[in-house]
Amino acid sequence: MELFHNLIFGFGVALSLQNVLYCFIGVMVGTLVGVLPGIGPMATVAMLLPLTYNIPPTGSMIMLAGIYYGAMYGGSTTSILVNLPGETASVITCIDGYQMARQGRAGVALAISAIGSFFAGTVCTLIVALFGPPLANMALKFGSPEYFSLMLMGLVTAAVLAQGDMLKSLAMVVLGLLLGIVGSDVDSGVKRFCFGYFELADGIGFVIIAVGIFAVGEIISNLSDPEERVVFTSKVGSLYPTRHDMKQSVAPILRGTVLGAFLGVLPGTTPSIATFAAYMIEKKVAKDPSRFGHGAIEGVASPEAANNADAQCKFIPMLSLGIPASGTMALMLGALMIHGIAPGPGVMTQKPDLFWGLIASMWIGNLMLVIINLPLIGMWVSMLKVPYRLLFPAIMVFSSIGIYSTNNISFDVYLAALFGVLGIAWRMFGCSPVPMLLGFVLGPMVEENLRRSLQVSNGDPSVFVTRPISLAFIVVSVLILVIMMLPAVKKRRGDITG
Amino acid sequence: MKFALRKNKDFWAGMMLIGIGAGAMFISRDYWFGSALRMGPGFFPTILGGILIAFGICIIAVGLRSGEKIQGSLSLRALLLLPLSLVLFGILMQLAGFIPALVVLVFVSAASGRKFKLMEVLPLTVVLTLAAVALFIWGLGLPYPLIKGY
Repeated sequence: MELFHNLIFGFGVALSLQNVLYCFIGVMVGTLVGVLPGIGPMATVAMLLPLTYNIPPTGSMIMLAGIYYGAMYGGSTTSILVNLPGETASVITCIDGYQMARQGRAGVALAISAIGSFFAGTVCTLIVALFGPPLANMALKFGSPEYFSLMLMGLVTAAVLAQGDMLKSLAMVVLGLLLGIVGSDVDSGVKRFCFGYFELADGIGFVIIAVGIFAVGEIISNLSDPEERVVFTSKVGSLYPTRHDMKQSVAPILRGTVLGAFLGVLPGTTPSIATFAAYMIEKKVAKDPSRFGHGAIEGVASPEAANNADAQCKFIPMLSLGIPASGTMALMLGALMIHGIAPGPGVMTQKPDLFWGLIASMWIGNLMLVIINLPLIGMWVSMLKVPYRLLFPAIMVFSSIGIYSTNNISFDVYLAALFGVLGIAWRMFGCSPVPMLLGFVLGPMVEENLRRSLQVSNGDPSVFVTRPISLAFIVVSVLILVIMMLPAVKKRRGDITG
Repeated sequence: MKFALRKNKDFWAGMMLIGIGAGAMFISRDYWFGSALRMGPGFFPTILGGILIAFGICIIAVGLRSGEKIQGSLSLRALLLLPLSLVLFGILMQLAGFIPALVVLVFVSAASGRKFKLMEVLPLTVVLTLAAVALFIWGLGLPYPLIKGY
């Protein structure tokens, strides 16, 4: 009963005129930018983050969450209409979605994708509401050693399940931790790695790294791509699925939702893993697997549901534990910190309006995507025709004003330029910047909890393995590492994430 | 072998990690290390630096065996001009004001693309600058002078 009480409270917060407006703006702007070719959800959220500074914390989180679903939805739209996945998670949707579009059934594919996403979103809103609070309550009792081990587990799984080379991802996590502790040490006040720049005393701004790497860096790499993007848009056709389409999609949507929700809670699993697994399962259970790849509606319904379920359930560890399970969640955590809210299990009790309001707004945002965006499909299609050479200067304008307005100093803009170049170098060396971002966000907390743990234990590092809960986290981290190093798993991992 | 190394991406990734790790450890010598019981400001970065070096060595070792090459092309023009546009924006924000900073930002960043058409970039510059002034200065009320001195 408490759940309903809390949800009603949350809807009360989310349905205030202001917050509905923020949610609406977020969803619209997110879709708008998400549809644009060559801009993924990460870059979208990073670039639009500064727009939310002047909004109260709850409203700004609601708006950011809206931007996130909107961008995801925009990604599916481009996959179906022009065979251009905005992000890795939509790669699978391209396979059958684009085929449906070529058969003149783009509208149906888009509708099923929206319906599947909405269903998954509804279920997962409930899951977040159901599992978030107990998890947070449990975490509230954690001491520093438990928290340190938990973060270690989060970072290890995130690195291991990230795209690309596992060894490099782990190294990037460590690099992120190191970048995270630049600035004044909370304990001694010593300014570390500031190289004499007072601008660095408060640490490297989160927005600077995010925008530098995911907006500026991404533009450089897009401009380096010698292939000119040619966009063919197909006719959208009827938006209404037939009775037969619906019948075929019900079971796949259910399966996709369950799978996505399950995988979503694990830190580090990219939505691409969930969508890939969902597609494979549909192909296995189908009576006629040969239809896949030629416009099978199940191949759109299930991965899209899984994608959204995964994205939504990523909020569980972020909200209840303060551990980001994906790059976008790291951005959300960064946004919380910018508003002066310490992420962690305390958010639920100290800021119940933010916690429950955000959860309720997830459902509202998903509903908005169905009832507002679907009819606007024509407008999104025309957005697709904007050539990239006109787009990226606009991204630069948003990015640089966003960075500058955070502290009103030019130094931050120079630093972002530097991170743009670094981001390119890392990408060329095959080092994914996402695990670095997770490490960066958690850096100061990891150090602080390590310090406190060792103080409590009189400097004895065995404290992490003698306390049972902490031991459990360590064992899980080690197990994940060992499993992923088994040759058979290693090869399959490459197939999925590579 | 020498030639292969120059294009080996794992070699470069490893070298970068070793470089950063060693740098962090070197700089951290100036910070008090402390002990496990009382971690000083130098404790954590020194350990992280050490771990980075270890990872770097492992990655180079793996890379020498697999010999994977750096892939993908890099547009030197974009790599130079795009960061430059940001730097110019920063300088002009201090010296000349919001409008000149934006005009230069849009112009230089547009020039970093492959196709630069003046007749296209000029209207784009005007539109983007106007939009930014409307949204950020008039809309969100950011306190920047449009042109310094006016």
